[in-house]
Amino acid sequence: MIMAWLILIPVLSGIFAWSLELRFRGSARWTALVALAVGLGFTCYLAHQPFELVPSGGPYFMNLDIPWIASAGIHFHLAMDGLSLVLVLLTHFLGIVAVLSSWTEISEKAGFFYFNLLWVLAGIIGVFLSMDLFLFYFFWEMMLIPMFFLISVYGHENRIYASVKFFLFTQISGLFMLLAILGLYFVHGKQTGQYTFNYFDLMGTPMTGTMGILFMLGFLTAFAVKLPAVPFHTWLPDAHTEAPTAGSIILAGLLLKTGAYGMIRFVIPLFPEASAAAAPAVMALSVVGIIYGALLALSQTDFKRLVAYTSVSHMGFVMLGIFAWNTLALQGAVVQMICHGLSTGALFFLAGILKDRLHTRDLGQMGGLWATAPRLAGMTLFFALASLGLPGLGNFIAEFTILMGVFQVNKIIAATASLGLVGAAVYSLWIIQAAFHGPLKVKKTFADLSFRETAALTLMLVGLVYLGLNPGPVFRMAQPSLDHLTRIVSITNPGLPNPAKPFSFNTSTPHPSENPGGTGHAIR
Amino acid sequence: MDFLWLIPALPLTGFLVLALTAQRLSRPIVSLVGVGSVGGSAVMVAWAAVDFLRRMPGETSYTKKLWTWMDVGGLHLDMAFYIDTLTLVMMLVITGVGFFIHLYSTGYMAEDKDYARFFACMNLFVAAMLILVMAENLPLLYLGWEGVGLCSYLLIGFWYTDKANGYAARKAFVVTRVGDTAMAVGLFLLYNQLGTLQIQDTMSRAATVWPQGSATATLAALLLLGGAVGKSAQLPLQTWLPDAMAGPTPVSALIHAATMVTAGVYLIARTHVLFMLSPLAMTVTAVIGAATLLMAGFSALVQHDIKRVLAYSTISQLGYMFLALGVGAWSAAVFHLVTHAFFKALLFLCAGAVIHALGGEQDMFRMGGLKDRLPLTFWAFLTGASSLAALPLITAGFYSKDMIIWEAYASPLGGMGFWLVAMIGALVTSLYTFRMMWLTFAGPVKTPVHHPPGLSMTVPLVVLAVLSLLAGFMETPRTLGGIHAFSSLLHSCLPETVLDHGREAHEMLFEIIAAVTALGGIAWAWVLYRPKDGSTAESPASRLPKSLQRFWLGGWGFDGLYDRLFVRPYLALAHFDKNDVIDRVFSAIAQLGRSGHRVLSLTQNGQLRSYIWGIGLGAAAVVFMVVYL
Repeated sequence: MIMAWLILIPVLSGIFAWSLELRFRGSARWTALVALAVGLGFTCYLAHQPFELVPSGGPYFMNLDIPWIASAGIHFHLAMDGLSLVLVLLTHFLGIVAVLSSWTEISEKAGFFYFNLLWVLAGIIGVFLSMDLFLFYFFWEMMLIPMFFLISVYGHENRIYASVKFFLFTQISGLFMLLAILGLYFVHGKQTGQYTFNYFDLMGTPMTGTMGILFMLGFLTAFAVKLPAVPFHTWLPDAHTEAPTAGSIILAGLLLKTGAYGMIRFVIPLFPEASAAAAPAVMALSVVGIIYGALLALSQTDFKRLVAYTSVSHMGFVMLGIFAWNTLALQGAVVQMICHGLSTGALFFLAGILKDRLHTRDLGQMGGLWATAPRLAGMTLFFALASLGLPGLGNFIAEFTILMGVFQVNKIIAATASLGLVGAAVYSLWIIQAAFHGPLKVKKTFADLSFRETAALTLMLVGLVYLGLNPGPVFRMAQPSLDHLTRIVSITNPGLPNPAKPFSFNTSTPHPSENPGGTGHAIR
Repeated sequence: MDFLWLIPALPLTGFLVLALTAQRLSRPIVSLVGVGSVGGSAVMVAWAAVDFLRRMPGETSYTKKLWTWMDVGGLHLDMAFYIDTLTLVMMLVITGVGFFIHLYSTGYMAEDKDYARFFACMNLFVAAMLILVMAENLPLLYLGWEGVGLCSYLLIGFWYTDKANGYAARKAFVVTRVGDTAMAVGLFLLYNQLGTLQIQDTMSRAATVWPQGSATATLAALLLLGGAVGKSAQLPLQTWLPDAMAGPTPVSALIHAATMVTAGVYLIARTHVLFMLSPLAMTVTAVIGAATLLMAGFSALVQHDIKRVLAYSTISQLGYMFLALGVGAWSAAVFHLVTHAFFKALLFLCAGAVIHALGGEQDMFRMGGLKDRLPLTFWAFLTGASSLAALPLITAGFYSKDMIIWEAYASPLGGMGFWLVAMIGALVTSLYTFRMMWLTFAGPVKTPVHHPPGLSMTVPLVVLAVLSLLAGFMETPRTLGGIHAFSSLLHSCLPETVLDHGREAHEMLFEIIAAVTALGGIAWAWVLYRPKDGSTAESPASRLPKSLQRFWLGGWGFDGLYDRLFVRPYLALAHFDKNDVIDRVFSAIAQLGRSGHRVLSLTQNGQLRSYIWGIGLGAAAVVFMVVYL
């Protein structure tokens, strides 16, 4: 039941925040903060002792299965494994940061703002927990509408254009996924006589090659748009630029991660053959995204737009790692999801802070601000360095392990993707140069980071340093799920490389978390 | 030796204290933290060295694991330090020279408003550099490697209000990152092939798995060489170092002369097993070194800015070290690394004292006559210059450079060609060194002295001057006493250079030639650049064709080439596509929808007649389709 509460808390507190704000101005932000803190507390509790809760084999340590529309085989089915847990943890953490970032920025219509904020988060948590494809789609759409309002009501100058663009891209790509889900549902039903949306049942559905490719593409389209992968990325710069600070943090930190999560959880396990066939093309596309994003980031003059393009580049690494489908690369992708959430979330936060002080996002109008606001400058420098993959910070661990894993699969692609590291250095240092170095352009003085801002950013900073020096906890949490998924796929499709033993030379066997005999079916 | 972790942790703590307290500490406390942390680290290194030597030769290495860094998918990496004599030598140089440069900085930077930020970055640098040399595995080495790159970036761009400094800083970071990326790919390859990245394991497995001359070994060695070439400013990635002189002079002394730029030499020495598997990689290293030492030497010959002379000189001397590595003269390379750290740091600090005294003047043609105004600086500079020019018998540079020149000839991998290049380089070195010497200290006074250096600046000069003379006696050739203290220390981790027996007999002759060449270069410089009555010393340089001078002055046109080849196309492409062509496709779809809407809405015109026409035509079309299709 704790999982249902994780979703219900933001849903209910969203309604509560909205209605309370109508009576007491300024109460909504407190409501949101408390609700998310409670959720974070729950999740931390789970993270603290996950493996004691394992009911049976498999990586899932919690399971909730309530019939919803039983006649159509639709269940309210949630389950949590380490992968979901890590991402739910990130959701709560960044949710709190998003609330803190809007603390003073949003004063008009604050109730509706926090209502939307909490509902987006509820949708995201639902996406990370759903094990029923219908329910998954339901939450997938649930993320969309509140996000649309966050951008279109609280955004900047060009917000209507950006929000409609965001809506159309995600909605249309989501429809492809819906078609694929229904297709899979009927194919499975026809073959087995059991019409169900259950993820575990649908896994391993026998289907023809073409059908597999089509269904796989349906899912992949939705996730690639969300990720975003080139060439479906063009909604992102607009949405990021126009969204309020909290919107950008949630978009970059969390919404993009749902795309990556979908690929790990659904695309490859449900359609292993089709995915294996598409893997080289998808990996090539990822490399294009890495380099294209890095290139375009450099030419942007709008701070937020620049950071948006860096997201395209960094998420390219995630997709690359996922489709390399071995332990190293997948673990790297998971760490990258978290670290990108923290570092890019922080950069959007900082962009919002600058916009708040200077009333512009144009890098051309900044310059020399180090002298005016050294703490702000130092923080930005730190997160820019995280973004360029400085060793010692989490992003380096992520990109290094991804590339190392990809190198086992395809040396040329890995070497080409490494060029993204040079591009990242170019654009990251350009941010610092444009905003903080050079002659002072803005003569007026303004306040350096406030206590609230410093505290939120420091939490993210500490997180990145911690993950950079000791990523073990995340690896250990995600390991059983990734082992499980890679094992399923290598069983159903022996053609994919076996991730566990990339070398004959390796003497260490670091897989203590294997659960012999455990399969997803065991927990149904 | 359990306190080993404290050695990098102390300067790291210094950085954290200075960074977190921002500018709130008073200057004496900042100095205490900044200098004290490095000093404390130096004391501990000395202690560790004594302890280590006491255990030799029983234990030739010592490993200390702190915690498990990564353990994922078969990749196991520890936060662990590995100490052997090579590491110890590097640590002694880093903390020893580092301490004196920090001390010097308290005087040099005394009036800077960002005093605390300066020492924060310097401390972070020392910590990162120590991690680089103490790393037990290659990714940890890479952490230190990029860490020192970051500090280099921060300190080159220390005076950030000048856009040129920012550009130089970014150039340094990005150019070295090109090398770093090659190195990263090298690590992927090593792991892919050998299944480990722990340095000693990697080396022993490489030696068992790969046969001599294996193509994979060559590729891996060349990729690592890419990283080394970037960090040590060798061809073709040398372009960032002259511009790096934009940083404060103590930074140039510490980072861009004594320590960071030698990281490439250290990396190759550390992975010498891999390089020795590949004759091709060795040759490439030697050729890069030889080409770089000549190229940079000639560039140093025509510079006006005293710091740029020293920068090109550093590139050139690093070229000697690469040449030594390439011919398998491992100890000679590291020996020159050490003596170079002493005398080049000394030269930079003297140059800093001069610049400081002249209120920021860096052009040598506007200096002169400082011999009597700054006597201590003069004598210190003379010592450093003599060492750089390899003045025979009394200077450290003579012993270390001669070892390289001799082994470049006598090693089985060496030969007459390398020897000749090294000799020409030696001549050029003494020529440009004493050109700088006369221009700066001799002749008429051109700029008055404002601030003579204080005690905090002169003490480091004296200490480094003494080291620039005495350090040479750690290792002398067979013909001059045959002291092998330094190389025998290193032979516990670096192989001895076996010399070609046929050539060994000529050692005395070759040394005399080398000594005469060095002296000849100094004499030539005296003839060309000695202060002549009234006129300045510009004339000799103008004997060379103007175009050649410009070519050398600008570093052989590499900047322009890379600018045209990489920088401008990349920027042009980025700006051309600023608005993202891919978005046009989606805009076009939206546009199509909108025009469709406009066209169709024309039909809703309220005229009954056109509606009837529409219904009629539609009905006809349906009937047509039903009947004929």
